[in-house]
Amino acid sequence: MDGSLNMIGYGLAAIGPGVGIGLIFAAYINGVARQPEAQSRLQTIAILGFALAEALAIIGIALAFVL
Amino acid sequence: MTTEGRTVLAEFHPPGPADFDLPPIFGDVTKPMVLYVLSAVLIFGCFYIASRRAAVVPSKAQFAGEYAYNFVRNSIARDSIGSHDFMKFVPYLTALFFLILVNNYYGLIPFFQFPTFSHSGYAYGLAALTWILYNGVGIAKHGFLGYFKLQSVPGGVSGPILLLIVPLEFMSNILVRPVTLALRLFANMFAGHLLLILFTLGGSYLVFDSGNILYAPVGVVAWLLAVAVSFLEALVMFLQAYVFTLLTAQYIGGALADEH
Repeated sequence: MDGSLNMIGYGLAAIGPGVGIGLIFAAYINGVARQPEAQSRLQTIAILGFALAEALAIIGIALAFVL
Repeated sequence: MTTEGRTVLAEFHPPGPADFDLPPIFGDVTKPMVLYVLSAVLIFGCFYIASRRAAVVPSKAQFAGEYAYNFVRNSIARDSIGSHDFMKFVPYLTALFFLILVNNYYGLIPFFQFPTFSHSGYAYGLAALTWILYNGVGIAKHGFLGYFKLQSVPGGVSGPILLLIVPLEFMSNILVRPVTLALRLFANMFAGHLLLILFTLGGSYLVFDSGNILYAPVGVVAWLLAVAVSFLEALVMFLQAYVFTLLTAQYIGGALADEH
């Protein structure tokens, strides 16, 4: 079975965004638990933050294939 | 794999980007092109049926159409652009949302089974459209220099730190935004579909081709995981359509914002 070292590198690189996304949703769940009526506002912000943190992982996978 | 019979075991080749290069159906027309055009026809047809006999007391189709339209109008466009001038952008955002949604869900529907945006060109096209739109409305509102000042000079910053902030903000707001927008959609669809291919092909290799009966249960587990991944993909596909549209709306809102 052959593979590329890039993929191992990508796996390591994905730890960062993974932790970041975890923190974002932890904060979101906390916020909704404290103030359920704020859910719709928080949801937009949480998904936006998720998308921005995820961008790092996305750039990583793109580079893993390109480099 | 080999013509020698079963003496040499077929080797498992993990799927890669080459699996996305589908042969053309006729001429230079490939499957994603057909699916892309079909999605436009489908969306137009659904909304046409939904709005054909609009009445005060809505029919079932009209109710569904209005519900879908209201989702984009209220929870994406109005919340991000602001109630003053969001209506102009609702048609674009609605079309964008449903185009991405339908094209993503092709990945799960039998016989289609190919998310169009796992070919990066389609995602680049949409991101370029969004880039032109938000820069265009920003320049139309603030003027050329005013718009670049708005996008690259954050409020409340002064002094030599501006030398550092201005190029960074310019890069992130003008240059990197369309790239991440396109790559996010493309890479999610690409990676998700690759994962599905991996689990299904890996499962069938373990069950049928590995030549070892003890591997078969593991192959069945791989198939079960493929089902689980399909459900995850269903979520991701919706989320990507939502995120793309939401970010487009946010960028438009940011370009239209007054000086802070």
